[in-house]
Amino acid sequence: MSESELLSAPAPTAMNYEIRPKPAGTSDAEVGGELLEVAMGPHHPSTHGVFRMDVVLDGEQVVKLKPVFGYLHRNHEKIAENTTYLASMPYTDRLDYLCSMTNNWAYALSVERLTGLIPPERAEYIRVITAELTRLVNHTCLIGFLLQDMGALGTPLMYAFRQRELILDLFESLSGSRMMCNYMRFGGCRADLPAGWLEQAAQVVGGYGQFLDEFQALISENEILVARSQGVGVLPAELAINSSITGPMLRASGVNFDLRKADRYGIYDRFPFRVPLGDHGDVYDRYMIRLLEMRESVKILEQALREIPAGPIIDPKAKIRGFRPKAGEAYGRIECPKGELGFYLISDGSPNPYRYRVRPPSLINLTVLEDMCLGQTVADAVIILGSVDIVLGEVDR
Amino acid sequence: MLGEGIIKGMAETARNFLGSYHDAARLTTVEFPEDKIPAKESARNFPFLVHDGEDAMQGLRCVACQICEKECPPKCIFIIKDTNKKPDYVGKLQFQPKVFDIDVSVCMSCQICVEVCPFDAIKMDTDFELGGSDRFGGLLLNKRRLAKPNSYYHTIHPTEAAEVDGRLAAEKAKVEAKAKADAEAKAKAAAAAAAAKAAAQTTPPVVASTPAAVVTPAK
Repeated sequence: MSESELLSAPAPTAMNYEIRPKPAGTSDAEVGGELLEVAMGPHHPSTHGVFRMDVVLDGEQVVKLKPVFGYLHRNHEKIAENTTYLASMPYTDRLDYLCSMTNNWAYALSVERLTGLIPPERAEYIRVITAELTRLVNHTCLIGFLLQDMGALGTPLMYAFRQRELILDLFESLSGSRMMCNYMRFGGCRADLPAGWLEQAAQVVGGYGQFLDEFQALISENEILVARSQGVGVLPAELAINSSITGPMLRASGVNFDLRKADRYGIYDRFPFRVPLGDHGDVYDRYMIRLLEMRESVKILEQALREIPAGPIIDPKAKIRGFRPKAGEAYGRIECPKGELGFYLISDGSPNPYRYRVRPPSLINLTVLEDMCLGQTVADAVIILGSVDIVLGEVDR
Repeated sequence: MLGEGIIKGMAETARNFLGSYHDAARLTTVEFPEDKIPAKESARNFPFLVHDGEDAMQGLRCVACQICEKECPPKCIFIIKDTNKKPDYVGKLQFQPKVFDIDVSVCMSCQICVEVCPFDAIKMDTDFELGGSDRFGGLLLNKRRLAKPNSYYHTIHPTEAAEVDGRLAAEKAKVEAKAKADAEAKAKAAAAAAAAKAAAQTTPPVVASTPAAVVTPAK
């Protein structure tokens, strides 16, 4: 199959996985080779976990790509339906294991919608602070991994991890654990900020701008990065909207949709911040969007750390033992670093939910992988996957 | 100029490399087995059972109410309740767990058992160097291995332990005050009854006899 025929052939849909029949009048002899089927993964360093891409290659070009996931399936939703509401909270940490704070928040928010618990002012501020710190952690890690996928082995990733560690230290002194925080509760938060935490956080946040400058000097203008990522893996805005893509991927395609602005959950209406948008929807835009979002997060954090009031951290009506919401259903969604994370709950009045459903942004953002990779080279498919920002714990649940 | 970005990046790397020789903030690695970062006060690893007094088995605060067993998300706690009460470290009769096992190979260190415990009997440990050669028995901790004194709890989480002690002391004082008030009321009532009895012995009662309850037969 020649390149022009490949490009003129109708674009396959993401769900159509069969290899298309060759156009009439072509044979293998004419193009000088056969199509080659390669299973990339599930144990491949570029797939960020146990994820497989079954790619069909014509030379080095991707003709067909089938994402295969489920290797890390842990039955999260069914386990949650068989256990109490509170006991699902630590399991949500393990969905997207880089962003446990935002996972906690999304789940707590849906249960609060179900029960009508209202977090006090201080708890809302703590939630915004921890969520924005989580966004910094996630985006810092992501750009480190993305650059590693592009061949910048080690240095950018180590710089990113050095900075991430400072935030994980904050999480540890707050919640007792670096990554599996299990910090938020229905109607508030579990523990109050320890003494000196706010000053320490202000110091970390204050140093973040410098880190971002350093990171941009290190790599953003690098000619190799620009050559590798500009114009690669373009996601048109219409396709992004039609495939319900959310988060930085959607905004890199130029669609202005951020739940922090659209839903104004929590107290996000008090924070003036801008939503960065991309122009081209390529890998470079997705990379830059994350850097710019981190700068906005730093602004939100500076304001929140300045304004946080004293007071209680949990709704006095919240019950830790014998928690039974009344019958009903609720959907809570937040802008987690990867996109819209939602929890849909149906309660029948018993101590465990009747139905528990997670709307995972990683999985849904992954559905357009084939559309972005078609016609690109194998090496580009790797960075396109890297720019989608998936965590397999959340994709497979 | 082509290559300018690469040169800039190299300069940044060089700055970091040289900086690591004189700037402590840029030297982030800790040589683990020799150097250790002290554990944070809120750090948590696996649960342990707090006991008061000298004898660990006698002084366990746990009364085997089994709430933690029910709430534990991965169901790693296994409790069998003792059928009869036993004296605790001050000699008060209490229910105690006959068997209290935690399978730490299943435990996910979520701290929910600590939150739901109404008796402050189970707390999180910070000890993380738990290597062993036995995969099964070595990771199934029984109540003897789980029991640690309150003084140990004070050393790992001083602020939290002081708060817990204060709360327990307040509760104890409240219970004692109530018991004392009850005893006083009882004594008063007894004294009044005795006085009334004494009065009844000296003077014949003038109280009309109370009619017995009328029992209506069931229809």
